[in-house]
Parts: sequence; structure tokens; C-alpha cells
Amino acid sequence: MMIKTTVNGEARTFDGDPDTPLLWYLRDELGLTGTKFGCGQALCGACTIHLGGTATRACATPISSADGQQITTIEGLSPDGDHPVQIAWRELNVAQCGYCQAGQIMQAASLLKESPKPTDEEIDNGMSGNLCRCGTYPRIRAAIKQAANATAHSGKGGL
Amino acid sequence: MNAITDDLASMNRRGVLKGAAWTGLIIAFNVALPQRRAFAAAGSAAEFAPNAFLRIAPDNSVTVISKHVELGQGVYTGLATILAEELGADWSQIKVESAPADTKLYANLAFKMQGTGGSTAIANSWMQLREAGATARAMLIAAAAAEWGVPAGQISVERGVVRHGPSKREASFGALAAHAANVPAPEKVALKNPKDFTLIGTRLARVDVPPKTNGTAQFTIDVAMPGMLVALIKRPPLFGARVASFDAASAKAIPGVVEVLEVPAGVAVVGKSFWAAKQGRDALKIAWDDAKAEKRGSAEILAEYRALAERPGKPARAEGDAGGALKHAAKTVAATFEFPYLAHAPMETLDAVVQLGANGCEIWAGDQFQTIDQMNAAGVAGLKPEDVKINTLFAGGSFGRRANAASDYIVEAVSVAKALGANGVPVKLQWTREDDIQGGRYRPAYVHKLEAALDKSGELVGWRHRIVGQSIMAGTPFEAFMVKDGVDGTSVEGAANLPYAIPNLSVELTTTKTGVPVLWWRVVGSSHTAYAVEAFIDEVAAAAGKDPFAFRQALLSHSPRHKAVLELAAKAAGWGDPLPKGRGRGIAVAVAFGTYVAQVAEVTVADGKVKVDRVVCAVDCGVPVNPDIIAAQMEGGIGFGLGAALYGAITLKDGAVEQSNFDGYQVLRIDAMPKVEVHIVPSAEAPTGVGEPGVAPIGPAVANAVFAATGKRIRVLPFGDLGSA
Repeated sequence: MMIKTTVNGEARTFDGDPDTPLLWYLRDELGLTGTKFGCGQALCGACTIHLGGTATRACATPISSADGQQITTIEGLSPDGDHPVQIAWRELNVAQCGYCQAGQIMQAASLLKESPKPTDEEIDNGMSGNLCRCGTYPRIRAAIKQAANATAHSGKGGL
Repeated sequence: MNAITDDLASMNRRGVLKGAAWTGLIIAFNVALPQRRAFAAAGSAAEFAPNAFLRIAPDNSVTVISKHVELGQGVYTGLATILAEELGADWSQIKVESAPADTKLYANLAFKMQGTGGSTAIANSWMQLREAGATARAMLIAAAAAEWGVPAGQISVERGVVRHGPSKREASFGALAAHAANVPAPEKVALKNPKDFTLIGTRLARVDVPPKTNGTAQFTIDVAMPGMLVALIKRPPLFGARVASFDAASAKAIPGVVEVLEVPAGVAVVGKSFWAAKQGRDALKIAWDDAKAEKRGSAEILAEYRALAERPGKPARAEGDAGGALKHAAKTVAATFEFPYLAHAPMETLDAVVQLGANGCEIWAGDQFQTIDQMNAAGVAGLKPEDVKINTLFAGGSFGRRANAASDYIVEAVSVAKALGANGVPVKLQWTREDDIQGGRYRPAYVHKLEAALDKSGELVGWRHRIVGQSIMAGTPFEAFMVKDGVDGTSVEGAANLPYAIPNLSVELTTTKTGVPVLWWRVVGSSHTAYAVEAFIDEVAAAAGKDPFAFRQALLSHSPRHKAVLELAAKAAGWGDPLPKGRGRGIAVAVAFGTYVAQVAEVTVADGKVKVDRVVCAVDCGVPVNPDIIAAQMEGGIGFGLGAALYGAITLKDGAVEQSNFDGYQVLRIDAMPKVEVHIVPSAEAPTGVGEPGVAPIGPAVANAVFAATGKRIRVLPFGDLGSA
């Protein structure tokens, strides 16, 4: 079975084991190591990518189910790392160890696409599948709000 | 293993390890800086590398060398700030890179060997990096003075510019680098007056955040090399069990599986990719010999501890006559507290890349214990420790897990590379989350029994604290100097140094043995002692009919730094302001690794579930090097400690760990994170660490708030669901 995907705008084909989790295809085959392994069971969110535009746990998604779809990883979220979420993350010094942060950023970007001005509760609900052992949660909340405001004020979509 | 023990023993004989403090703060200042002759700095001859901690390049970049691993605590930024301050650099020219493993150049001055832990990074580096920066500044000035033919005393350095005011001449560091490299290093340098600090005390942006927002930050799991293999190890299901026999056929049938090898830790499946090795490991058939395995469950272990807590232990602190005070008290209070095993569960599971050849061994890891890891790797590989090169990468968290005396994950990786023939093929050893949760080296389970004596006027006149649990140091090379008269200092820290003024005091320890491997876990002893002390003092205050804040305050008149953070937190939190029904406020204070932290928690209890709404935190860590990072560490410490208090438990049944991933071993999620306010006490004291101390008070602050809300005392952890506590 030849699986065809578009990863960060580039057309890709894969003819290996269709059960291979998308995570390991991205990391080991394509060298896109920004997407992280945390639990292997969609329990922690470290592997969050966008599949067909929606936040998805790559560790528990077989590559076969990505056939014909658009995949975006942290490396492709914005051409120069200047997505409003990434900017807010830097301005508020969100990251500590940083390992979960690509997943957090991808989840946050997806959340803001669905609710451009999320309430506190929407942020907590939207982000509760993404674990951070360093406890950067207060800054994640603040950065999402800041990104939402920045986007609203710039008048641009960007998300 | 003998070689390692011998090496450590020999270091100990030579006095290298003597007096090293793993979790205390014995800091040797005035250690001579390794000079450039001794330091094989990378880079070109035009670079100025006056000592092991910085290089200035002709392009005007200043590279600060971090001897400490960046595992989230912000140490790259903090260390660079200290050096850049004395150097007079502009923050925009600063880069940070990791030091190689070299204990002569990069020993942690609190440990006398290279390693990170015990919240020592900033504290032990403070004078060392100030001197390193000031020395370089003096040499840049000397170079400029010689070039311009002016007196050095008329030259100033500010924001990366060396300037001679009278002649209006100025030069960048880069322009002076080649000349400065030939200037003799001064024997003594003047350090800045703290009132002239321009970087220390400001909220400089973390240097490691940008690569952590775009996928470019490199962790061990991201290391890729041509021909690299990936190894997963199947470890015994019970602690202390061994491989009896195994059948590799079905594992080898998986495409991409290269080898199946028995190694000391279990059976390694080596594949061309993680996924191949993982499938191979899943297919592996192993018969285990569990004759020597630990087969007790948590219930049996804790029952034994409860019985032991009724009996005297070895004295960790004794003043006056606690037994007599309890006997003659007008009123006594007693409570027993139970703490489960806890896993560190860093987001990046353990991993290491090893390239082992006949003559050397190179390791890539988020390495926290370079000197010990060099020794242990060398012992397995049959090399000298100096032939083991370690590249320290970002660690995706650790919380103590990556620093252990056995170097377990490093040794596993080297043992796989050796079993593969030490053929120079790079191998990445990868743990899964299941390996991590079930792999041991937990925060030990403990039982604490506390008793207090009140006199007729409600004064606290006697205190007896009995602690029962495993020693972290026992059986390691550190036992010799960290266990004194049968008392492991890490078992009683936070209890033996009780700050409250009580005339009759006894803190006792009974050290137990189980087959469950244990290790320090963020804030070490205070992860349980602070809870026992601060939850119990609240019970004593209630028995005395006093306000919990005022009761503590009155007992802290001889502990001014404890008292100051306590008062600051109480004031900022509005202590005493009324709260609606179902809500409560609790307070706790602790010192850990020289840093004082008090927290006030506000909780809501509904349907037996504890929700923490707000935490006000006051911290005194000496000179605040970077207030934003201090705040972040307090926020994070609160999240980490709160997750443990509400949900954290590794439990055993018939010796087997019952949890395996984040479904069973729950940690804090964002929806349970309270709002956190951090207040930093201004201070001119030498800085102390902030990575761990914020964890200590949160559990008891929340428990005391639950009592305020419900009247229920919490003596068994975790307690997120009061229905089961």
C-alpha cells in the first residue's frame, strides 16, 4: 500500500508498514524531530501535530489513516517560527525543559483556530490533554490569551 | 562495578569526595579558575578564552560554557547572566553551550565532581562565574590600554563596549579578542558592587526558549547518526528478578530487528528504528527467575512501616527531653502520615546515545551526573573514565531521575553497545513511558509519626517526629559520607532542621530495606518531611486554639528568613479575610537547599474533590538573579508538588507496579492548575537555588486549606479524591 501525504507542504510517499505510528514516520523517516514521543498512547500530547488541520496525537495514529491528508508539524507551523502562538510563547518565556512545548504550541494553535477568543474554561478544556511536568500551565494560559489578542489586534488571521 | 567503586573509593581517600554535600550547601569559594593553558577551548587562535567558562570570538559573540545541564530550570540563562554581568557584556551577544564532561574544569563546587542537583547550580557557580567574567573584563581592559596607550584605570566597560572616555576611543570585545588572548591573566580581580548590577535582578529572556518554540531544540531522542540503531530493553516485571531464559525467534522475525541480546538489565532488542525495536520487544518471550525478587505489595510495606513508627528510631536531632515533655503534657496531639512511592515521570523518558569503539566511548545524553556517568560507563566498557566523552544535551525534564549513582540508563546503553561488539555503531537506548513508570528509582514511600506536647497555656513544649522509610544513599558510593550514625541526611532533611523553637525535641529515623529501588525526587527529603511537619503543626495549632499563621509566626522568632516569607505570603494572600463556605485557606513554610518558601493555598472542596483555586508564594533565595525564572520555578514547583499531593502514587501488588502510563500514574493537568502569584523577598545574601524548594510547601498548604474548608485532616497521600483518602 502506497501512502501519500503532504507534510509541511511537501508531497511525500511511504510504502512501509501501514501500522507504523505517524509519530515515528515523521521522526525517523522524515527527520522531523520537533514532534516528541511522550507516552505512546495519546495520553500526554507531546506528539501533537495537525492532521487535516486538526490537532491529532501522532503516536496513536497509524500512518495509513493519514493517507491523502495534509500534515503540519511544529517545523511547518509557520515559515519563520513567527506564528502568533510561537511569538507569545517566547515573549512570556513559557518553556522550561521544552520537551512538551511543540505539542502544546500545536494544540494551542488548533484551539485558537477553533475559538479565536477562548475563555479560561475553553483554554483549560482545550489544553487538558497536553501534559507538562515542569508546570508551565499558568504561562501557557497567558500566552494563548496574548496570542489571541495579538491576532485580533493585527487584523490578520495568521492562525 | 568494582572498578567504579574503587575509583570512587580512591577519590574519597584523596579527599576529593570528602565533605561533598549532595543536598546541602557546602560551597567552596575562591577556587582558582582553570586558566586557558589548561583548557582546550574549541575555536580559533583569534578567540579569547581566558578560562573554561567563556570564549569571545572576533565576531563579537560571547559564548558562555555551562557546566550544568539545562533540564528546564533555566540554568543556561542564570549562569550566563552572572558571567555577563561581571564581564560587562551586552545580553544580545551572549550564547550558551554545554561544557564537556571534565571534572577538573567543571566540578560542581558543592559536589566536588561534575553534576547537577540539589538546587546547587546558581549557588555553586555564583562566585566562580563572577570571577570568570571579571577576569575577562580586566584582560579586555588591559588589551585596550596597551593598544591605546592609556591607563587601564580610565577605561570602562559597559554593554559590550570597552571605552576610554578622555580620548573618546572605544572597541567591541570582538575587536579586542585577539589582543586580550595574549594578556596575562590578573591574579586578583575586583568584582562589581551589587548596586551596579545591570543584568542580575532583571527579567532577561531565557536563552533556550526560542529553539523550544520551533522544534529545533535538540534532545537526546532527536540525535540521529548514519547507521544508528535503536535499542529497547525488556526489564524484569518484579524488582530483583532476572532473566531465566528467552526465545528471540519471534522478535527477530519482525522486519527491522537486528539483534536480540541479553544484557545485565534484561533483554535488549536492537532495531533499525524505534518502531522495529518496539514491535520486536513486544514479541519477545522471556521466562523470569523471580526467586530473589521483591514480592510484597505497598499495603504490606506500609503496614510494616506503621508498626516501626511506633518504636524509637536512630536520633537525627535531640534537644531537651521530648519523651518527658509528652509524658507530662497538659495536652498531647499525635498523627501518623503516609506517603507513597512516586515516579519522576519527566516528559522525555530516559534515553542515551552511545558510540563505543575499541579506544573510546562517546555519549550523547541529557546528562545530569557527568563524573559518575563517566566512571560507570568506563567500568562497563573497560575504559578509563577520561576515555568516555559525554555530550550533554537538553534534558526533557529529570526531577532527579537522570542523576543516579548507578548511571542506570547510561550503563544500559553502553552495555548494549558492548554486546553488539563495541564496533563503533551508534546505538540509541530508548525507554518507553511504561519502562519509566515501572522502572523503579522512585521517591521512597515513608511513614511519619508525630507527637506534640502542649502545656497548660497552650505553648508547644515537646515534639517527637519518627520517620520510617528507605534510604536513598544506602548501597551507593555516597553512603560513606551521607549516612552518619545510621541516619541518611536526605531522609530527615526538612524534619531534623525544624525551624520552630520547641524546648524538647526528638527527630528519629528508622531506615528500612525493600527490593524497590529508590532515588531523590524533586526537593528530596522535603517532598515528605515538609508535609508531615507543616500538616502536623497545623493540627497542633488547632489543638492549642490558635490561628495556624500566628502560631507558626510566634515559633519563628529565631528563624527570621522563615518568618519573613511566612508573613509576606500571608499578607499577600489576605490571610484572615473571610471565604465563602466550602472554601478554605491553608499555609505552609519550608526551607530547602538554603531557599525559604511559604505558600498560602485557597481551595474549594465539592463532592469530595479538592480543587486548588489560588496559591500565593513568597520566596527568599538570596540575590534574585532572574526574577522571571524564579517565578517560573515556583509556578512549576507548585504544579509538580500539587500533582503528587492530589494524584501521585506508585503502588505495588505482589511486588508488581500497578501503574504503567499517564492513565494510571496521574500528574497535574492544566485544568487543575491554580492561579499562582509569586513574591520575591529582596535580598543581598548569596543566591541559592530555586529548582526544587517551591515543591515543598504546596502539599501541606493545600491539606491545611482542605481542613479549613471541611474540618477533615489529611494524613494519607494522595488526596485529590477525599472519598478514598
